[in-house]
Amino acid sequence: MPSRYIANTPDEQKRMLGTLGAGSIEDLLVKIPPKARLGRPLGLTPALAETDLIRHMTALAGKNANAESHVSFLGAGSYDHYIPSPINHMILRGEFFTAYTPYQPEASQGTLRTIYEYQTMIAELTGMDVANASIYDGASSLAEAALMAHAVTDRREIVLSRAVHPLYKRVTATYCEGPGLRLRDVAAPEGVTDLAAARQLVNAKTAALVVQTPNFYGCLEDVAAAAETAHAAGALLVVVADPVNLGVLEGPGKLGADIVVGEGQGLGVPVGFGGPNLGVFAAKNELVRRMPGRLVGATVDRDGKRGFVLTLQTREQHIRRAKATSNICTNVALCALMATIYLATLGRRGLVRVGELSTAKAHYAAERLAKVPGVSLRFAAPFFKEFMLKLPKAPDRVIPRLAKQGFLAGVPLKTFDRALADSLLVAVTEKRTKAEIDAFAAALEKAVA
Amino acid sequence: MANVPKDLKYTREHEWAKQEGERVRVGITAYAQEQLGDVVFVELPKVGAKVTAAKNFGVVESVKAVSDLFAPVSGEVVEVNGELGQKPETVNQDPYGKGWMLVVKPSSKGEWDQLLTAQQYEELIAQGGH
Repeated sequence: MPSRYIANTPDEQKRMLGTLGAGSIEDLLVKIPPKARLGRPLGLTPALAETDLIRHMTALAGKNANAESHVSFLGAGSYDHYIPSPINHMILRGEFFTAYTPYQPEASQGTLRTIYEYQTMIAELTGMDVANASIYDGASSLAEAALMAHAVTDRREIVLSRAVHPLYKRVTATYCEGPGLRLRDVAAPEGVTDLAAARQLVNAKTAALVVQTPNFYGCLEDVAAAAETAHAAGALLVVVADPVNLGVLEGPGKLGADIVVGEGQGLGVPVGFGGPNLGVFAAKNELVRRMPGRLVGATVDRDGKRGFVLTLQTREQHIRRAKATSNICTNVALCALMATIYLATLGRRGLVRVGELSTAKAHYAAERLAKVPGVSLRFAAPFFKEFMLKLPKAPDRVIPRLAKQGFLAGVPLKTFDRALADSLLVAVTEKRTKAEIDAFAAALEKAVA
Repeated sequence: MANVPKDLKYTREHEWAKQEGERVRVGITAYAQEQLGDVVFVELPKVGAKVTAAKNFGVVESVKAVSDLFAPVSGEVVEVNGELGQKPETVNQDPYGKGWMLVVKPSSKGEWDQLLTAQQYEELIAQGGH
């Protein structure tokens, strides 16, 4: 029976088989041992009509709690910021709608131009000289930064604050296993990196010191002091930062960072279920030869007209082979496009406003939630849009109760750190209203009572 | 035929070596830079680094290719041509002069005699350079 999902007709199949000298498709499979073959049709339920299928899928999808169905206080690297409607409209255009950096890239001047704009905006936000076309996500950006620091300094240790996102650290550990780089941990007992402890660990073997700001706990780090610590030992400072905050917070490059990486999901990319995300990567100009990833440059053609090209490709593994810093040869072009449209739509003032509202509402929420009996703020250190609550009951028991009332309460920290088993990470964006925060506080009060 | 100065020694990988008293100056040959095309970047070791004869000491990038650089002799790097950071095209313009790359203080004398003479190197490139 011909299938609607197989493009060639029975006639065409017969002609192809004729060319091959085979009588049937079955004849092509005789080399496969019978015991390796199924010998019966797949046990699938009968095909649904399209309307039935959509009804079925909608019902399945409806079982998920998400940022549309619930009031979300989830963060830990993925935030419910508002997504302006021009983004969806623009990315669906046929000229743009691809997940990849184009092959034969210079034929796609429009795509290269948006990537160039993206790089320019990221460089400006992070306070760095140069940004690449993006990497997969915040975690792989950090891992690539560790490899790059090793390539630049020819040193073999990466010192990471314990307040760096634990999943980013795990990805970094995986990347560092091949070249055999050693990862060392600096404690952050009061919610921020213990820089005195960092100074003990950062030495002539250190390729980079890594801090995140706001860090995994939501607290702000002293980036300038971290830079001093790293540079005194001849190491690089790698800063993990969320670009959506950088309308308000100083670009880490201005504070001494040598490489700035981070998760750019907040710039107009939906929270999804863990992806696709946007890996932000920016560096100082003198390090550009060791920077991973695709890089778009502006130039002029032979008639003097402005155009865009992929540049410095000799850094990349298709040319530099085994000596390349990185084996990434693509980027998350569609997510980078979302970020470009996001930043262009909001403009400078809009981005500042997103940061101001997020931090103001987060501080209101922290104050309000800490008044719930038994609930307190885990750390006293200054925070931005995310903070950690200590709960009187196990977060695993509190979260499902709040979900039933329409709240995604936050991220429980037990899976990341047993010492924080009583803690919940709560994020507040500009989307949250006072009414939502008040209602959440009331629901939390009942849930922990 | 590319210029092959008589007073230099050569490697099969197209580096030249020049004896300067106790030290050896190193660069790439006119033939090498012709084959590479426009050099856009040269990556060299730091002063104080150790290099080993016939082993990689750096990388030279032209517009569309990256090639390893091989040390003619073993020893310690005592000078590096910092000018090439800003002006890598010097390697194309003056490969035996301002386009030099390293000065090495050799750790053994025997290696010098293993290098190709100008005549041997000319024969090598006459056969296509391999």
